[in-house]
Amino acid sequence: MSLDASQLASIAENPYKDDFPLLAKHPEICFLDSAATSQRPAAVLDAQRRFYEEMNANPLRGLYGLSVEATQAIEGARDHIARFIGAVDDEGRPQGSEVVFTRNASESLNLVAQTLGRSVLHEGDEVVVSIMEHHSNIIPWQQVCAQTGARLVYLRLDDDFRITQEELEAKVGPKAKIVSVTQVSNVLGVQNDIPAISARAHQMGAHMVVDGAQSVPHLKVDVRELGCDLLAFSAHKMGGPMGIGVLWGKAALLDQMPPFLTGGEMIDSVSETDAVWAPVPQKFEAGTQDAAGSYAFDAGLGYLESKGFAALEARERLLSAYLTESLAALDFVDVIGPEDGFRHVGAVAFNVRGVHPHDVASILDGSGVCIRAGHHCAQPLLSYLDVAMGSTCRASVAFYNDKQDIDRLVDGLKTVWQVFNG
Amino acid sequence: MANANVASLYNAQFMDHVSHPDYKYPLEDATLTHEGVNPSCGDELTFYVRLGDDGTIEEAAYQGHGCAISQASADMMSDLVVDKTPQEAIGLCKLFGRMVRGEETDADTLAQLDEAASLRDISHMPARVKCAELAWRTLEEMLEAGSEEASVDVPFHTHEHDGAND
Repeated sequence: MSLDASQLASIAENPYKDDFPLLAKHPEICFLDSAATSQRPAAVLDAQRRFYEEMNANPLRGLYGLSVEATQAIEGARDHIARFIGAVDDEGRPQGSEVVFTRNASESLNLVAQTLGRSVLHEGDEVVVSIMEHHSNIIPWQQVCAQTGARLVYLRLDDDFRITQEELEAKVGPKAKIVSVTQVSNVLGVQNDIPAISARAHQMGAHMVVDGAQSVPHLKVDVRELGCDLLAFSAHKMGGPMGIGVLWGKAALLDQMPPFLTGGEMIDSVSETDAVWAPVPQKFEAGTQDAAGSYAFDAGLGYLESKGFAALEARERLLSAYLTESLAALDFVDVIGPEDGFRHVGAVAFNVRGVHPHDVASILDGSGVCIRAGHHCAQPLLSYLDVAMGSTCRASVAFYNDKQDIDRLVDGLKTVWQVFNG
Repeated sequence: MANANVASLYNAQFMDHVSHPDYKYPLEDATLTHEGVNPSCGDELTFYVRLGDDGTIEEAAYQGHGCAISQASADMMSDLVVDKTPQEAIGLCKLFGRMVRGEETDADTLAQLDEAASLRDISHMPARVKCAELAWRTLEEMLEAGSEEASVDVPFHTHEHDGAND
């Protein structure tokens, strides 16, 4: 075990669990599936209720106080999100107009594929993704490639689960118009070197899109440091409500992109034959938005900051390392991904030798341990890695987990092994 | 909220079907053969039956791989359908489907399923219903197609989703 005694002691303490009503109320639940969705703190649930009790009106078109408050709830959330991901100008002012609300990261990526993709891609062009992408960062590109005649190209991994500079230079060439890569794999838990990939994309004149669904919740993300043009992520994986997603984009690029969905709220004016789009970000937000959800997400970011995001990030690094090392120490378990626990951002994929992952998950459920089992919406990756039956178990942690949760998982896995091997 | 049904499901009798199946082998002189797949699980099953001169199922067998529930279910089903007519077997397949979906709970009715009735708690594990059903759906499709023509060998695919999206 590479964690020292004081590190182990720190993850055995848990000052966070009581902030999460479901976890506080159900100590029998051992929740190790935060990569699928996180639990939500009371601060978020309270904010959701507060919106409907105190500021409920349709935002944007209101000329009365209540509607103005609802509008401010959304716009305040935009600024907060912008600040959270480093989308600020040279004076440090948050660029809320660069934050587009969607339903989730999947919708954000669909938006990019169908607007930017359909504008810039032509026959013979290339879209470059990595083999470790979630289906949400594959299928939208498959679709737009089929529509435009562009080709989808995959960055492969070396034996150490890294995208090498050689691979980047080989795959991201002059035909590349869009490069779209996840910052953190939802299966392997590894972090890609986005600044290096962005640099190569821009060198070749391509736009750089980042899937931040697994990174923004766990790492301090700064869009200027990433060097990307667009970033997609979901509120529900970081304590916010389900049904709120974000697309951040550089203002100049968002301005050039055509709208995605059309209708109410996204226009300046409409005639019988034509319409003039509203400015960004409203151009991309047709219809009434989930204002309460945006407001609650704002409160969720506030909660993370109140606890000190750097402290949460540091705790999650220790939990991820302890999780990886605890699994690797079991001689009947194979970890799929790096052995170095400190390379895992939250998620660790593994298999119990000879046991189907669905059986592992069901038996663990018998003792309240919640993990994910299956293809994790990353079937091309599991095929590429040639994982037995195309599926794995996956345990994933967030700061509200503790050492005892991981020890319960290990005990549960021993039970699984006993059930199958007497 | 922990699922109390799990411990009783993976019992010794169930695990014996997984570790020491009685019917998991290729049937060389099969009258009917059919493949079943659960793409989201990776479960793949080939089911065989040999029909006797009187039309009843003389022998049943299967091959393939998948989770313990799909395998144990296939083994229990093979034992059950021997000496049944295709129509009786189809009726049992439909009954099993109703059981694992929680639509049929009457113990006397379920007793027709013999040992397979021990899988009734699957009805409380919705994500595993398709695992349990794979063999039964494969057999049912094969027998229904087989009543129209002598032999079929058409793989079918169930395009069910895998549950959580992440």
